[in-house]
Amino acid sequence: MADPIPSTDGDAGAGPGPRVLILGIGNILWADEGFGVRAVEEFHRRYQVPGGVTVLDGGTQGLYLVNFLQECDRLLVFDAIDYGLEPGTLKVIRDDEVPKFTGAKKMSLHQTGFQEVLSAADLLGAAPQAQVLIGCQPLDLEDWGGPLTAPARAALEPALAAALGVLAEWGVTVTPRAADETPTALLDAAIDFAAYERRPLPGL
Amino acid sequence: MGIQTPNGFNLDNSGKRIVVDPVTRIEGHMRVEVNVDKDNVIRNAVSTGTMWRGIEVILKGRDPRDAWAFTERICGVCTGTHALTSVRAVENALDIKIPENANTIRNIMQLTLQVHDHVVHFYHLHALDWVDVVSALSADPKATSALAQSISSWPLSSPGYFKDLQTRLKKFVESGQLGPFKNGYWGHPAYKLPPEANLMAVAHYLEALDFQKDMVKIHTIYGGKNPHPNWLVGGVPCSINVDGVGAVGAINMERLNLVSSIIDRMVEFTEQVYLPDLQAIASFYKDWLYGGGLSSKSVMSYGDIPEHANDYTAASLKMPRGVILNGNLAEVLPIDLADPNQVQEFVTHSWYKYPDETKGLHPWDGVTEPNYVLGPKAKGTKTNIEALDEEAKYSWIKSPRWKGNAVEVGPLARYIIGYAQKKPEFKEPVDKLLTDLGVPVTALFSTLGRTAARALECQWAARQLRYFQDKLMASIKAGDTATANVDKWKPETWPKEVKGVGFTEAPRGALGHWIKIKDGKIDNYQAVVPTTWNGSPRDPKGGIGAFEASLLDTPMADPNQPLEIIRTLHSFDPCLACSTHVISEDGQEMAKVTVR
Repeated sequence: MADPIPSTDGDAGAGPGPRVLILGIGNILWADEGFGVRAVEEFHRRYQVPGGVTVLDGGTQGLYLVNFLQECDRLLVFDAIDYGLEPGTLKVIRDDEVPKFTGAKKMSLHQTGFQEVLSAADLLGAAPQAQVLIGCQPLDLEDWGGPLTAPARAALEPALAAALGVLAEWGVTVTPRAADETPTALLDAAIDFAAYERRPLPGL
Repeated sequence: MGIQTPNGFNLDNSGKRIVVDPVTRIEGHMRVEVNVDKDNVIRNAVSTGTMWRGIEVILKGRDPRDAWAFTERICGVCTGTHALTSVRAVENALDIKIPENANTIRNIMQLTLQVHDHVVHFYHLHALDWVDVVSALSADPKATSALAQSISSWPLSSPGYFKDLQTRLKKFVESGQLGPFKNGYWGHPAYKLPPEANLMAVAHYLEALDFQKDMVKIHTIYGGKNPHPNWLVGGVPCSINVDGVGAVGAINMERLNLVSSIIDRMVEFTEQVYLPDLQAIASFYKDWLYGGGLSSKSVMSYGDIPEHANDYTAASLKMPRGVILNGNLAEVLPIDLADPNQVQEFVTHSWYKYPDETKGLHPWDGVTEPNYVLGPKAKGTKTNIEALDEEAKYSWIKSPRWKGNAVEVGPLARYIIGYAQKKPEFKEPVDKLLTDLGVPVTALFSTLGRTAARALECQWAARQLRYFQDKLMASIKAGDTATANVDKWKPETWPKEVKGVGFTEAPRGALGHWIKIKDGKIDNYQAVVPTTWNGSPRDPKGGIGAFEASLLDTPMADPNQPLEIIRTLHSFDPCLACSTHVISEDGQEMAKVTVR
């Protein structure tokens, strides 16, 4: 984007290395569906990224994300995945293993899944050269308004560690923020992790 | 056995039952069951879904000034329109007046969403119901170029351009990935376009994909960021500083000029690509005028895009407001969203519980208590329903009614109301399109009419964007840079108990949020969304909603390939819970068809 986005520390395009997009996707209103967004939010809270690296809360934005994909060389995505694993299991998926699925039979635009966004970027001839998906198998996607479940929450820490590994491989060094540093929130203050989850767990 | 519904439709569920079910693991999706007669004509339709779980579950006890941020997350496409509806509801409750510039900027945000959503819907969801991508591979690029140049002055139309595109497409298809085009009913007899028209449409599919990303820059500029632009109770969160250079967030001349140039391109794309495509496609489907359903009888629009800040009367709203009942175009009835007897939601056929289910509840008094039970005639189990029992509860969607009447909402409803009100900016383009196509005005009441109304509205919205951007520039030049009113920001200034309603016209139809505030916190919050109106199950009197009505009497070429059903439902631009992006190993099968 030509316009600076408050949710990024690094000034995308300013760095000498490859342009990297660190993206979290999902719907925070549906329990573990929000894993990707919560992971990128935590990443942003802990680390400062160098120029050329963008940290983005993608929500469920579908095609709105195409331009961000077109403007990066390497893509790191946090998301919930369904590979039939134990809840909370992390899986790191690379490049061609990241499925690009799009269906003309979908009923709604809102089913424009992320795979479709990848495929759209590809069709436009501008898909990122390298893609890594850090996925977490969810326990519960149907608890409307509910928080992340314990297994998904426990997967946040290893997901961040996996991300640091991938970034190191790509030659990207992130800096831990000082203990007293409060970065501009990635999400609006009202829906950040702590504020959102102050609602008691259902049944408690 | 045939029955007649109180809103004038004949239903007969004696024939073969066909189930079209988008398969996902997450509840929240749409499923349709129809009965066809021996000639494969649809005689009964049952639409079910869950798109709403009661936003009050999440919002109760929270700060009303934050509600927009939650509602923005409900859905990945209508983010902004929910946020706008939410801040309007809070402002209505607390009697907060916003500055003129804030109204203008909100209109620009909302109109941008309209144009973006309509373009993306047409090219990336709906066009493939009319356009056979595989057939495009056999088109003659020269003839395609001739066709394109005969309908528009759009410059990307040379034989070489179409040849290159066809080569790219071939490669894409041959690589086996088919991309966005996997899973279509290619070769279905209900596709009527010649290969050249198909190739032209595919080219524009890609151009639209490329252009849509520029449109949303307007949201980035006025909303501070995108995705998830910022909103503010009392105005808009962006400040104006025309002399500013490169300041983060503030609106300066450079940004205003960028918005202006994007708007010019939106007008151009709509007029030179979208509308000519629509007209070209429609000319091959003039004999496929099914799918009108409720549109010839009862339609509703809340109206939107206020000319003047804080004036939400029909006279100030540039998008038409009102209700038409029983096909009486001579009378457009006024709407009062605060009247407990007008908008009401019923749950007789919905999986919720009310103390008295013969009565509807106004959203201020709305409750959302689940009650998932299958009717005696349902087949299968609760976790694997094979066939629904439409005489019992059968949907997670409630049934909203206006004074007891089912109504259709969306672009076609807005155009019918604008037409009935004889507003030239709505009536004239409709008349011109009908004349050019050589079809009578009744052709408007169809699937194609719905699709055409959306295209016309896209042009209207693009031109309104130009109007409001100019209005903003003039206001800034005159020295007015106010964008927010924070006089009543602090909860101490609020009454102890108060209620309000906010509304917008989302791209897919009338959207309302009703809020009750008590001691500075949200006490109740109900949203009634457009697809709840259109996709609602039957009401206590047996009246059917827009989706169900629209499918009746449509002949199907092959019940195993329900292209006709999907085409008509897509024409509503249905909005479902958006949480389907979870990646599975082998991709998701999006629609399964079962014949029972």
